[in-house]
Amino acid sequence: MDCSLVRTLVHRYCAGEENWVDSRTIYVGHREPPPGAEAYIPQRYPDNRIVSSKYTFWNFIPKNLFEQFRRIANFYFLIIFLVQLIIDTPTSPVTSGLPLFFVITVTAIKQGYEDWLRHKADNAMNQCPVHFIQHGKLVRKQSRKLRVGDIVMVKEDETFPCDLIFLSSNRGDGTCHVTTASLDGESSHKTHYAVQDTKGFHTEEDIDGLHATIECEQPQPDLYKFVGRINVYSDLNDPVVRPLGSENLLLRGATLKNTEKIFGVAIYTGMETKMALNYQSKSQKRSAVEKSMNVFLIVYLCILISKALINTVLKYVWQSEPFRDEPWYNQKTESERQRNLFLKAFTDFLAFMVLFNYIIPVSMYVTVEMQKFLGSYFITWDEDMFDEETGEGPLVNTSDLNEELGQVEYIFTDKTGTLTENNMEFKECCIEGHVYVPHVICNGQVLPDASGIDMIDSSPSVSGREREELFFRALCLCHTVQVKDDDNPDGPRKSPDGGKSCVYISSSPDEVALVEGVQRLGFTYLRLKDNYMEILNRDNGVERFELLEILSFDSVRRRMSVIVKSAEGDIYLFCKGADSSIFPRVIEGKVDQIRARVERNAVEGLRTLCVAYKRLIPEEYEGICQLLQAAKVALQDREKKLAEAYEQIEKDLILLGATAVEDRLQEKAADTIEALQKAGIKVWVLTGDKMETAAATCYACKLFRRNTQLLELTTKRIEEQSLHDVLFELSKTVLRHSGSLTRDTFSGLSADMQDYGLIIDGAALSLIMKPREDGSSGNYRELFLEICRSCSAVLCCRMAPLQKAQIVKLIKFSKEHPITLAIGDGANDVSMILEAHVGIGVIGKEGRQAARNSDYAIPKFKHLKKMLLVHGHFYYIRISELVQYFFYKNVCFIFPQFLYQFFCGFSQQTLYDTAYLTLYNISFTSLPILLYSLMEQHVSIDVLKRDPALYRDIAKNALLRWRVFIYWTLLGLFDALVFFFGAYFMFENTTVTSNGQIMTTNTHMIFGNWTFGTLVFTVMVFTVTLKLALDTHYWTWINHFVIWGSLLFYVVFSLLWGGVIWPFLNYQRMYYVFIQMLSSGPAWLAIVLLVTVSLLPDVLKKVLCRQLWPTATERVQNGCAQPWDQDSEFTPLASLQSPGYQSTCPSAAWSGSRPQQVTLAVWKGKVSAEPPPAPGCSHRCCSSSPRHGCPGSLVGMLV
Amino acid sequence: MTWSATARGAHQPDNTAFTQQRLPAWQPLLSASIALPLFFCAGLAFIGLGLGLYYSSNGIKELEYDYTGDQGTGNCSVCAAAGEGLAPPPSCSCAWYFSLPELFQGPVYLYYELTNFYQNNRRYGVSRDDEQLSGMPSALLHPANECAPYQRSAAGLPIAPCGAIANSLFNDSFSLWHQRQSGGPYVEVPLDRSGIAWWTDYHVKFRNPPLVNGSLALAFRGTAPPPNWRRPVYELSPDPNNTGFINQDFVVWMRTAALPTFRKLYARIRQGNYSAGLPRGAYRVNITYNYPVRAFGGHKLLIFSSISWMGGKNPFLGIAYLVVGSLCILIGFVMLVVYIRYQDQDDDDDDDNEE
Repeated sequence: MDCSLVRTLVHRYCAGEENWVDSRTIYVGHREPPPGAEAYIPQRYPDNRIVSSKYTFWNFIPKNLFEQFRRIANFYFLIIFLVQLIIDTPTSPVTSGLPLFFVITVTAIKQGYEDWLRHKADNAMNQCPVHFIQHGKLVRKQSRKLRVGDIVMVKEDETFPCDLIFLSSNRGDGTCHVTTASLDGESSHKTHYAVQDTKGFHTEEDIDGLHATIECEQPQPDLYKFVGRINVYSDLNDPVVRPLGSENLLLRGATLKNTEKIFGVAIYTGMETKMALNYQSKSQKRSAVEKSMNVFLIVYLCILISKALINTVLKYVWQSEPFRDEPWYNQKTESERQRNLFLKAFTDFLAFMVLFNYIIPVSMYVTVEMQKFLGSYFITWDEDMFDEETGEGPLVNTSDLNEELGQVEYIFTDKTGTLTENNMEFKECCIEGHVYVPHVICNGQVLPDASGIDMIDSSPSVSGREREELFFRALCLCHTVQVKDDDNPDGPRKSPDGGKSCVYISSSPDEVALVEGVQRLGFTYLRLKDNYMEILNRDNGVERFELLEILSFDSVRRRMSVIVKSAEGDIYLFCKGADSSIFPRVIEGKVDQIRARVERNAVEGLRTLCVAYKRLIPEEYEGICQLLQAAKVALQDREKKLAEAYEQIEKDLILLGATAVEDRLQEKAADTIEALQKAGIKVWVLTGDKMETAAATCYACKLFRRNTQLLELTTKRIEEQSLHDVLFELSKTVLRHSGSLTRDTFSGLSADMQDYGLIIDGAALSLIMKPREDGSSGNYRELFLEICRSCSAVLCCRMAPLQKAQIVKLIKFSKEHPITLAIGDGANDVSMILEAHVGIGVIGKEGRQAARNSDYAIPKFKHLKKMLLVHGHFYYIRISELVQYFFYKNVCFIFPQFLYQFFCGFSQQTLYDTAYLTLYNISFTSLPILLYSLMEQHVSIDVLKRDPALYRDIAKNALLRWRVFIYWTLLGLFDALVFFFGAYFMFENTTVTSNGQIMTTNTHMIFGNWTFGTLVFTVMVFTVTLKLALDTHYWTWINHFVIWGSLLFYVVFSLLWGGVIWPFLNYQRMYYVFIQMLSSGPAWLAIVLLVTVSLLPDVLKKVLCRQLWPTATERVQNGCAQPWDQDSEFTPLASLQSPGYQSTCPSAAWSGSRPQQVTLAVWKGKVSAEPPPAPGCSHRCCSSSPRHGCPGSLVGMLV
Repeated sequence: MTWSATARGAHQPDNTAFTQQRLPAWQPLLSASIALPLFFCAGLAFIGLGLGLYYSSNGIKELEYDYTGDQGTGNCSVCAAAGEGLAPPPSCSCAWYFSLPELFQGPVYLYYELTNFYQNNRRYGVSRDDEQLSGMPSALLHPANECAPYQRSAAGLPIAPCGAIANSLFNDSFSLWHQRQSGGPYVEVPLDRSGIAWWTDYHVKFRNPPLVNGSLALAFRGTAPPPNWRRPVYELSPDPNNTGFINQDFVVWMRTAALPTFRKLYARIRQGNYSAGLPRGAYRVNITYNYPVRAFGGHKLLIFSSISWMGGKNPFLGIAYLVVGSLCILIGFVMLVVYIRYQDQDDDDDDDNEE
């Protein structure tokens, strides 16, 4: 398989000039075309082997090593290791080699195992038998032997072995049904069509006689796009050219359904199939935590280098006196004396680097990765996010972004299918101003099954009736709905129309709703047979229309059309689409009445579509045919050409009417949005829908409240005034309150303060995004962003998919660089899902595209609440502690080593033994923090859910800010000073000495340098582990086991390591050192003292901060820990006076109105959530608030 | 990493306390109400311990004498001057006279102290061969490269014991004489030179090479003594259990010190009349002055010290405990004030409201 890969590569890159063509020609059945056909360049295609594995047996080691050392951290450690090997360094290469080896091996084993699984899967797939036609006979071969051009037969329920062009099926109409469940997750059946001219070839012999070539584009990963054409040669005539589109293409991985067998010709094989091309991973997103981590790493790298530099310089200053450089008791060898001074200084520098390199631990990367990998299982396991209805749980597509879920500041959500159910129901239609409702309303009750027409307006005239029927026919014909006949009578969409049970399937729920609605109004769409659409009209007569063309829907045009020919021979074009895309193309019809109705419906939150038609005379149709044909067979820019053709065809329409479809809100959508807003997250709705519809939904889901003042930035307004004026006016309105507003609005608590909501539409947005021509004072983006920032909610309607991504990008790169999250369910959301920091797909009705491209997928919008507020919060505090703790414990580890250089003549003497240097990070202190970072819950899940405002405590990367980082680093420095100088004073004066009573007589033994190091190390291991224990708020038995277990492990290991003369070591410096140390009373006392002193400042800071400047989280913790009535000392009032509100410390407080707000928000949440909402407390709070300078307006809300 | 929907199946996830992150847990909070008693308790305990340590450390007597021989500091200056510039310096004798007005409570230990001597220098510290010292015959004749430049003698013979540490073995020797009555004769006080090294070092880690024909000297045949040594290693002591690599002085010296100022145990005084300590009277220490320290700006000291239950004299630990203990108490009080103040305020608020 390697060969094929290499071949492909060579082919790709070497054949640049001559062989590289962007289309390929395939001889169906390997039959040469008749002479005179277009010359073509033969290409070599890969065989049909699927290689999802990365490595082979032979290249595993080199390739895997190469991959691993491409990571900058691994490379750094490799360099350190090599330096240790080459020059004479204080620590043995083992100390850095072993952890590196460990990390590399573990990773390699993991990757190797995964690859082995892939190999197995590949083999199973490559060896499964495939039927193909050779010389008119059916042959079975292994799948991997399939080549481009082979004709393949696939039976029902088999998966396609490669990408095929559908030639014929046993069904007469040349169709087959396919599910792509394993490709994109859509389990609905899709119909594919055989090529017109080949669908007659039913048997092996027939198909062998087929003489055709296919030209198509080179493989590309888009599953839904394909362009090509087929030339069918018959004996005499010129070849027949037919366009091929994705409806003719059967993709590898899809499964054949409801069709006995089909024939197809292989066009893309093996690694060139669309499925294989989709294996390629998406671009990596990196979380904010990772970025901070890298910044901290650079800081530490600088510290490391400066330490090494300082020591090198001091060493040479100190050594300038010759008796220090080379005292009589410690002479150099001749070669050492001869060495060049600069070379010596450089090697010394490197040696110091090596000595201190542990400050950047290898194990941090492994631990972070393990934390992310294992931690993400908690999302998939979460029962609360499992949807019973669909049987779907959340999916984690990448675990790199777990903690980013706790940092979200902006949510961009799609409306349809995300906020709403995407479960459409036909509400009414309006034909020429007359309104039709498919339900008979009886005493205010809807009788759903009653069919009939309730005409609200007066009965139409005769010509009106004609229009009415035309309208219904239009709805019946202008769609891409399929009818699923019989095989699933329990299907979700059963026709309410008594006898016939036909189920409509479509990729768009709107269409289904429309067709069903029309059915209730008397016109039933029966089926599409032999290119004839059959409908059952009100008089139970079957009408047949020949389907001539479908101008399919796309989200840019926002409309679709069909061209049909009635039995009488009239050719009609029916067009259905969004009002904005229909009205400009209408030349006739009761536009004003219909527009009024559409707008009314939209205000009520209904989805509206307009229907128009035009009658075509045959000549016109001819022209259209040619236009379309030309565009369809184009191999290049087919999309563009098609769009142009559609543009030309769909014009001069006659407006018929409009429809209204209701889409219900998802359950708890409003609740979720409210919680997210309380959490300080700004929610933007981006939708392609009409402004009025979207605004109504926004009201329904509480994004806009009754008191929200809506600001409009729409095309209509811009037409009246210039964009410039509108923007400035808006910004003036908004910023008038800015002083008090900017922070407060989002809490959603201010009753009298003005709350703004902005509505902007796609056209206005593109105006804003367009750089200004006159170049004066930059562009409008800044102004626009300023307005957006002051609005509590923003609604963007009429958005094209790309504009959604644009908006996300605009916010993402605005000057605060907020963390964005995009959530959507449809293909039109993919671009924004990919663009945002975190992309979430809703596993919805419109296929799986969004879910596949997202970082996380959830079944329902409401799950977002737990995802962010609970999981995101947890992951963030866990990983930030992990990162800070790792740096802290390595400062503790290495700084004593640095200090020791001042007492050993800068000779790079290590303080700790090799084993301790090696194992400190990989075993003595690794597990507790890993477990902490998996298990920690500083407050319980329920509290987090109940109290969304806690999310603000961690906003803006609060736990990884410089202040916090410096605190941890200083703490590490302090602890290191305590360890080192504690031990120093113990050793300096006389003696920490052993009484030696354990061993023999009452002797008195003096300790050496290794005991010194061991003492420091022991204090350190205990301190850093206990520091973590202090930080742990959630002690399960696992935490106990791991924390105490790892301390025990350290002791046991040290006893063993010193208790035996290890034959594989050439030195025995640690022999009995640890045991002798423990035999000394003062050593025990020193350990207790030094551990206490090291932990003291942190304990003090924790207690004081909690008492004086508690964060919202801490207050909730206090509240949980104590019964409500004892909680009095922790009422938020203390903090109203407090100078600051910070999770870290008082010293750098940022005061302002926000802390107070948050306080009250939390408190309010508590009052409403706690079962007995202590009346005394709220009473006290209300009346005392003004005294504490709490704005009077806040009082109102608390009552 | 990606999990496809099929990998998990469309089944409901396991509902265990672990997967739902609802394991029963103890959720301690470091709040003031918990920390306060903790601080007071810890403070009191530390102060108590600190007092005990301080007094027991103070009870330890120490007597030290710098015999480096700087100008005008006693009769060792003659030796120091004599040795100036000579390597190795000639052997020289001097003495230190002192008197004890009362009993020096025993057991008494005799240390020597060196200053400015970097036994923890890396190049120095690695310059040894533990295999050789453990008596392996192969290593005896093939010392480790780390020993260079004390690996082989000028004649090319392997040095045993090799390396800088062994070469710089402290070679001053002391004897203690006691004069009971003034004008009376000096009686030699027996110094116990055994049991001064770690038991494990002496018994396990350091081994002589196997005897050849019952002779240690033959076992060391083919090796050279370190250049600074006057005697070969097998003649360090006449006692067969205290010579060669298992000489106690040698073993003590080979345990390199942590800091540039260090003490090493020379002898214990615990025999005969002196088991209870040094009785009052005049004393003389005869010093054989060999070891040059002035070349690197160092000093040599001689120290008599007793020990207590917690080891040698070390005021640091006691003081540190006292300081930390009082700090804890102080912090405790500060926190108490803060705690009460804020509580009062809340109570006041209550009162205000109830009015």
